[in-house]
Amino acid sequence: MAIVDSIASLGQACIRFVLGLGNFAILLAKILMRTGAIWRRPRLIGAQVHFLGNHSLAIILVAGLFVGLVLGLQGYYTLRRYGSEQALGLLVALALVRELGPVIAALLFAGRAGTSLTAEIGLMKAGEQLAALETMAVDPVARVLGPRFYGGLIVVPLLATLFSAVGILGGWLVGVVLIGVDPGAFWSQMSGGVDFWDDVVNGVIKSVVFGIAVTQIALMQGYGAQPTPEGVARATTLTVVVGSLAVLGLDFVLTALMFGEL
Amino acid sequence: MQARNLNLAVGAFVLLGLLALLFMALQVSNLGARSASNTYELKAYFDNIGGLKPRAAVRSAGVVVGRVRQIQFDDQQYQALVLLDMDARYQFPKDTSAKILTSGLLGDNYVGLEPGGDTEMLKAADRIRMTQSAVVLENLISQFLYNKATEPSAPGGGSRK
Repeated sequence: MAIVDSIASLGQACIRFVLGLGNFAILLAKILMRTGAIWRRPRLIGAQVHFLGNHSLAIILVAGLFVGLVLGLQGYYTLRRYGSEQALGLLVALALVRELGPVIAALLFAGRAGTSLTAEIGLMKAGEQLAALETMAVDPVARVLGPRFYGGLIVVPLLATLFSAVGILGGWLVGVVLIGVDPGAFWSQMSGGVDFWDDVVNGVIKSVVFGIAVTQIALMQGYGAQPTPEGVARATTLTVVVGSLAVLGLDFVLTALMFGEL
Repeated sequence: MQARNLNLAVGAFVLLGLLALLFMALQVSNLGARSASNTYELKAYFDNIGGLKPRAAVRSAGVVVGRVRQIQFDDQQYQALVLLDMDARYQFPKDTSAKILTSGLLGDNYVGLEPGGDTEMLKAADRIRMTQSAVVLENLISQFLYNKATEPSAPGGGSRK
């Protein structure tokens, strides 16, 4: 009996996963189809950029600085064994621009801004505000979800780029200012090894994909939440869990596509 | 007033992000270095390029004077055609020779230029005539073993002689 139950729960998990993917695609398509209507009110998107971006700035900058500091220290200790401390700049820059910047910024965004999106929309739903909008013939997808989606889409690449830039400055601070790696070698090795299109632009593309994924998951969880306190709480938790896993999984796929040999 | 503050904050945030991207482009990556200086192109044929890659450095006297732009296989001569982007500030004589060298023991390959004594200079799209291939370790080892085998056995070890 226990075996049958576990097989049944496996099946249920699979069905729920496929349902989730389907809901994700349907909601994304709904928002994309209303792009024109959404951009007719740029003020709403601006307010979301402020809410999602400006308020996430502090945590992104501080986290980026510390990640850069640690990368600088650890990188220096390891590179010193091979007598190639000069490559420290290259190591810090490539690690941040290709992987850590987009990924950590997206994870922090999921925790800092994604949760608040889910909770806000979930509570709107619980308070029947979304139903009220519909009664007044206002499309909640265009009026409530759309601006948040495009806000997230704009904000996440900017945050990831800022994260990488601050991290590189952190690595410079530890490597050059504190330890005394030659600054000329630090910057020239970096600019010699980092390609703008292959590395920087691919990192930005990654963060755009992460922005879409995290924002969309947050909106989906909020929009589909049970309109009860427990439902909103569960939806908020799921935003962080699903959003983070999606970012890490997508990162693997994107890295394989972008930086694989041909 | 409140709307203006909001616009100001959002504008500052977006501007900050774009500044970070500019920093990435100019200071962190090679975009600034490449677009800042104008270049002229030279061609060179090599029998074997070893591990040379596009964007590898071209050095003369240890100074970077250009970059490898493109590497192709020429199926007429069965040689590798390497296109070099040379910094327009530096001119080289017509009888300059090019070698493929390795920086350090395990480092990357690069193209080393040794200027000759000609009074005429190489112009854009000219070809560097004298080239020397990369050293392939396997060839070097097999050559060494072959020489070892053919040379008469050492006086201490050879009992037959």
